[in-house]
Amino acid sequence: MPEPVTDRLAEPVGGVLAPELAAHAPVATVLEPIEESPTRKLGFIGWFSILWLGGITLAAVLAPWLPLPDPDRSYLEIVRIGPIQPGHPLGGDGQGRDLLSRIIWGARASLGISVSAVLIGFLVGGLFGLVAGYFRGAIDAVLTTIFNVLLSIPALVLALALVAVFASAGDDASNGRKTTVLIAALAIVTVPLIGRITRASTMAWSEREFVKAAEVLGAGHVRIMLREVLPNVLPAMVSIALLGIAVAIVAEGSLALLGVGLTEVPSWGNLIAFGRGDLARAPHIVGIPSVAIFLTVLALNYLGDVVRARFDVREGGL
Amino acid sequence: MALVRELGKRFLSLVLVLFLVTLFTSLLLSMVPGDPVDTLVPLAESEQADALKAEVRTDLDLDKPLHERYANWVGDFITGDENGEHFGDYFRVSGRDPVSERLGDALPISLQLMVYAQVLALAFAIPLGVLTAYRAGSRFDKAANTGAFALLAIPNFVLGLGLAYYVGVWLNWLPPSGYVPFGDDAAEHIRRMILPATTLAAAQVAVYMRLLRTDMVATLQEDFIQMARSKGISDQRVLWRHALRPSSLTLLTVAGLNVGTLIGGAVVVEVIFSIPGMGLAISQAIFERQYVALQSFVAVLAILYVVVNFAVDVLYSIVDPRIRHARARN
Repeated sequence: MPEPVTDRLAEPVGGVLAPELAAHAPVATVLEPIEESPTRKLGFIGWFSILWLGGITLAAVLAPWLPLPDPDRSYLEIVRIGPIQPGHPLGGDGQGRDLLSRIIWGARASLGISVSAVLIGFLVGGLFGLVAGYFRGAIDAVLTTIFNVLLSIPALVLALALVAVFASAGDDASNGRKTTVLIAALAIVTVPLIGRITRASTMAWSEREFVKAAEVLGAGHVRIMLREVLPNVLPAMVSIALLGIAVAIVAEGSLALLGVGLTEVPSWGNLIAFGRGDLARAPHIVGIPSVAIFLTVLALNYLGDVVRARFDVREGGL
Repeated sequence: MALVRELGKRFLSLVLVLFLVTLFTSLLLSMVPGDPVDTLVPLAESEQADALKAEVRTDLDLDKPLHERYANWVGDFITGDENGEHFGDYFRVSGRDPVSERLGDALPISLQLMVYAQVLALAFAIPLGVLTAYRAGSRFDKAANTGAFALLAIPNFVLGLGLAYYVGVWLNWLPPSGYVPFGDDAAEHIRRMILPATTLAAAQVAVYMRLLRTDMVATLQEDFIQMARSKGISDQRVLWRHALRPSSLTLLTVAGLNVGTLIGGAVVVEVIFSIPGMGLAISQAIFERQYVALQSFVAVLAILYVVVNFAVDVLYSIVDPRIRHARARN
């Protein structure tokens, strides 16, 4: 009987384990048939996660229409002043720019880049993984090799090299160009992550009786993949995609710290990178975006776990 | 026999991956939009500049077909002559140091940091993993799990800056940045490595702890543990001498494969704590647009990662006969 859950523990044996996945220790829930997964119910943290993500996304989308100060305008009275100032709830940065406004505008850049990148990775990686896992054979060998090569360069170093080379050539490295390159680089990193999980899951589900039944009934490959396999594989993909967004947000921050991120518009990463110089004098400049990243990553990780736990239908339980 | 064939297959895929990885890094320079030479030699139009550019172009084989460029790059990379003899300033990080020298300085420091972090992570994770498994479901177990979950959500740069501020500036216990070689002053070296190594280790502690706990919980249900207990062996001894070893295989594998995460993390942590390792070298190379140096740095990290992964994988299949047999069946 094939194991319908994505057996991620088996992954390192067959090849390179995606370090980003290991970092989220999915093995713990996959291999624990004895205990009820603690994240099956949504609970307080779950609702908090949804509220936070919903709120910050809404604020990011509506940023231009919200009654916020211009994120680039300097107010002399809040230079390096901490939170809770009249009119400036989160205080100001090293140049006296309103931090609340910069966090919200920064969310626009950070979330925009991360979500776009993971969306591309989701579509491309998902398609590749589905095709590789369903048809197996030569297609699988080629696609798996591609995934392995992409995974064999440390993700951050790969993204770093791509962004450095593509986005900083000449002086014409505009904001739009940088955004595009960042999205592309992070998408390239995401494709193999989602691809591998989709492939493994597809392989397991393709063996199942109802898929065989559809084959016998004369359903075409595309129909079987989309109607029989995909709905079962989707939870695993979504769960990884949520983790992927978290990884991408952190990657954006890391790249900004390494000096290859966005510079003209605020992003969570560059708020921290620019605030570093004031760490000793005004730690809130680094602290506030750090908290924003932490809460967002926490929420995404948690919801990723919930999705996985909810849709892991185990044979034993039936 | 099956093992030999399996290892042969693994080795072939290692060679293929190494080829593709070096191909990618060797072509990084050609991917620079526009003429890469203009980026490498940012001089105004003049006869001198044109001559220099022509020489650089020849030196980097940019006028040659792809396969020749790749072959020459690999040759130069292996022999350490990454950038030719000429006009080194444009291909070197920080003026006078050739890339290979810089690499020789930076790589050991990064490796040092990664080893410290790994040792630190395992030193905390193993006892935590064993105890949470032993007391599975207890309040301690739940607290440790929640802590691990929160730890995983803290990006390393956030943790690094937080530690640098609280421990380095506010409490003023440890220097918030800088590096001292072990040979110069061992005590100072350790003092300065504590914060970076802790930063790098933190997320790993969470990962390793949870992995070990899972395997340990499964092992503790096995018959031979019941047997040992019924013989009257103390819990301590059963845990550490009987249960730990068979439970640690996954942990060790993931610890080996995690080198990739560590490399990425070390790059960031070094920049935060101003440790002159590969991360600082890379960010400097990017800042100064030293793409030739960047190519070599990226290639070194990627090769390191690929080779470590290969070694772990091979060791794993030798150590655990179950893996071998499972593979033979497939």
